[in-house]
Amino acid sequence: MSNEATLHSQQEVMHGAHDHHDHEHHHEDSFISKYVFSMDHKMIAKQFLITGIVWAIIGAFFSVLFRLQLGFPDATFPWLESILGHWAKGGRITAEAYYALVTMHGTILVFFVLTAGLSGTFSNLLIPLQVGARDMASPFMNCLSYWFFFLASLVMMASLFVQTGPASGGWTMYPPLSALGDASIGSKIGVDLWLTSMALFVVSQLLGGLNYISTILNMRTKGMAMTKMPLTIWSFFFTAILGVLSFPVLLSGFILLLMDRHAGTSFYLSDIFIAGKALANEGGSAILYQHLFWFLGHPEVYIIILPAMGMVSEVLAVSSRKPIFGYLAMIGSLFAICILAFLVWAHHMFVTGLNPFLGAFFVLLTLLIAVPSAIKVFNWITTIWKGNINFTPASLFSIGFVSTFISGGLTGIWLGNSSIDIHLHDTMFVIAHFHIVMGVSAFFGMFAGIYHWFPKLYGRFMNSTIGYIHFWVTMVGAYLIFWPMHYEGMAGMPRRYYDVSNWASFKQFGGLNEFITIVVILVFAVQLLFVFNFFYSIFKGRKMTTLNPWNATSLEWTTPIHAGHGNWPGEIPEVYRWAYDYSKDGRDFIPQTEPIGPNEEVH
Amino acid sequence: MSGFLAVLVVVLIFIVIFQIAKASEYVSILKGEKKAREQSNRINGFLLIAFLVLGLIGVYYCNDLLKGKILGESASVQGEGVDTLIYVTLAITGIVFVITQILLFWFAFKYQEKEGRKAFYFPHNNKLEVIWTVIPAIALTVLVAFGLKHWFQLTSDAPKDAQVVEVTGKQFNWIFRYPGKDGQLGRRDFKAIDPGAGNELGMDWNDPLNKDDFMPTEVHLVVGKPVKFIIGSRDVIHDVGLPHFRMKMDAVPGIPTTLWFTPKYTTKQMKEKTGNPDFTYEISCDQMCGSGHYSMRGVIVVETQEEFDAWAAKQKSTYSLTHADTAAPAGAPKADSTQKVVAAVTK
Repeated sequence: MSNEATLHSQQEVMHGAHDHHDHEHHHEDSFISKYVFSMDHKMIAKQFLITGIVWAIIGAFFSVLFRLQLGFPDATFPWLESILGHWAKGGRITAEAYYALVTMHGTILVFFVLTAGLSGTFSNLLIPLQVGARDMASPFMNCLSYWFFFLASLVMMASLFVQTGPASGGWTMYPPLSALGDASIGSKIGVDLWLTSMALFVVSQLLGGLNYISTILNMRTKGMAMTKMPLTIWSFFFTAILGVLSFPVLLSGFILLLMDRHAGTSFYLSDIFIAGKALANEGGSAILYQHLFWFLGHPEVYIIILPAMGMVSEVLAVSSRKPIFGYLAMIGSLFAICILAFLVWAHHMFVTGLNPFLGAFFVLLTLLIAVPSAIKVFNWITTIWKGNINFTPASLFSIGFVSTFISGGLTGIWLGNSSIDIHLHDTMFVIAHFHIVMGVSAFFGMFAGIYHWFPKLYGRFMNSTIGYIHFWVTMVGAYLIFWPMHYEGMAGMPRRYYDVSNWASFKQFGGLNEFITIVVILVFAVQLLFVFNFFYSIFKGRKMTTLNPWNATSLEWTTPIHAGHGNWPGEIPEVYRWAYDYSKDGRDFIPQTEPIGPNEEVH
Repeated sequence: MSGFLAVLVVVLIFIVIFQIAKASEYVSILKGEKKAREQSNRINGFLLIAFLVLGLIGVYYCNDLLKGKILGESASVQGEGVDTLIYVTLAITGIVFVITQILLFWFAFKYQEKEGRKAFYFPHNNKLEVIWTVIPAIALTVLVAFGLKHWFQLTSDAPKDAQVVEVTGKQFNWIFRYPGKDGQLGRRDFKAIDPGAGNELGMDWNDPLNKDDFMPTEVHLVVGKPVKFIIGSRDVIHDVGLPHFRMKMDAVPGIPTTLWFTPKYTTKQMKEKTGNPDFTYEISCDQMCGSGHYSMRGVIVVETQEEFDAWAAKQKSTYSLTHADTAAPAGAPKADSTQKVVAAVTK
């Protein structure tokens, strides 16, 4: 108890002026309107974040389960049968269950965690706070966006419990495998539920994305020119544009798939003999689906990574007490990535029989993305150069982000070059590549964001010792898991193999697979430590005592500690300068709200 | 019981870590924020540089450990180009990797927060931006040029005299068909597929070209002779993966695809080269195709022309095997007017 007292002995300041009960126009704070169907962007951000965390635990746990099979193909784990029932008879995961777990791991992590959980959380939290708005352009649409996501989550969750199991054709859901119940047990009702859930998810993304765009374009406070916005906002802006333009294409692909499944159409089906009979479908193209899918699928990886880039830029500038280097180049490169994201989708299809001449353009455009990516990396490195870096968990995760983004980005240059891709396509090399560059990196960006803005979310700090343990184990673990995996891919070991022990060409990696699985379990345990830290700190964390704990320039730190709906108790502050005046003219930082001095040089 | 104990141990470790973490928070408050902050910056700064050094050693060690387990030299003439391109790309990306990682961690370590240090206000510098736009652009132009040169070679038309093998994927194995003595594959139609009658591919028995086609369980190829695979699928998408030859192509139902290459070494030579008596050229399925995906294994035997001829002479045509007891092929499935001519692709 005395410890508790020490922890909270410091004076709480600034408490009261912002108490939400003071706001007469928001006095209808019933439990339902405050915590459930809330229209406050800050609460919706929390809803996205916590739903995302729940999904992340499930999705990551699935990866532990299938890594157990891959690492120890001959062992039996009786406890698996108690969890999975007949999907793990005798304690060994069946092939069907393995593929269902792989598919759900991908779907959950890509869409529910790194799209909804990441950009849903931070776009919602930061856009109004950093541009100086009381809420989103349409708080109601924003609320709907979360609840459509919640519905999508319910349907996806339900699909885990149906008799024939969830979808199991890989997160890309390629037909004909996903179109024909006879081709795979997971393609029975599992795929219908998957498609339904994803359709709801697309609706959620569109409602959210349109809101983010209109808020950024129309609701900036006085003085907040586009070029004065923090890079976080720019990255959320481009993310939302990518989502709004590409998710509808995905939906169209899904609708055609649904019709092939139930309305007897042949969009994707032709010349198929399955379950002892030839199907009537003729003239469709299975490759058409891949075009529609990857037209979203590729922008999707930037939907995942851009918000992380934005937050890392912000955190690196704040913690090294330096302006982000090359602000305009950073915006330019975000813009270039955003445009190129729409022009490279077929690099996922180099070995589908794609016209080689067409393929050449996709090689060129794909490798072109390395240029803006390189600019960003060098700018981050220059940002910390001659800085005065304070290693908070957030800044460590940001440095980790740059490191993994380099490592995973460089292997993208291998895969984007079609001749090399022929050999490496659909091997473990691809798994290593995208897990480092969009899995680990995006998670690092998300962790940086959570540690950095946790005080803004809950008015308390997360425990930084656990944060440091979390960072170091995850950083070392991530490299131990994915670095050696490149070698498996170099040997041609295909991805999505349930067991490689019968293959003369791949079985030499048995020991390595065991090692990777052990590290996976360790890293997973440390993520649980983070989850515990997160929830514990919401209630018991060290309290925030000052408004601006990181001495940051941006607007969100001018709001009260527990800001009510509307964010600022009085007038919305006016903005006079960009968000990166750190260590300028001998001052540690100059908030955006401070007018430009008479003799001051404007950036 | 042991499972329960394991969970208990994990929970205990969690509690210990949590208590330490909490205690350190109290200590930092008692010691003063400033001192605690200095200490944590020192520790993390040291860990960052240690991570860099150990990481680079680890990269070297990992390569040492695993380089013998990847495939070694390409077993096809075309694959040599792929390997060269991989080495060039490895060199360029490797240099960039080492330089950027060293800069990142070194700067983080060197410019950690210190009493009295002032950060340098350095918002932009156009010269630097131009440098790191232009240099990557040049490096990538080189890679694109090299890459496309190989790409157009790899995807070029097969030589006219290439041996033709048809490879068809099904859940969950490969079906191979050779054109027989006439060098031409007969017509087939998926609607005529009848596994019960031994007609796995729906071959049209009215097409005389089909009469000598044979369907072995392994692919046999002649060393040094170009081979062209005509690839298809009769159910879902599969993928013919040939890691030793650095080749890969999807098998898509309804859309025939092709690939070609020239094997450089016989299976026997590879056994000697690799020192592995069990060496086998394998065909892996590289596109998720259902629950048996991981078991969709095919075998390729590369041999000399004489060995191949002897083997081919022993193969019985599918027609003769399936029509051994019928006098005439009258009962064969009738031809469909809309049938696809997959076989006679001679381009």
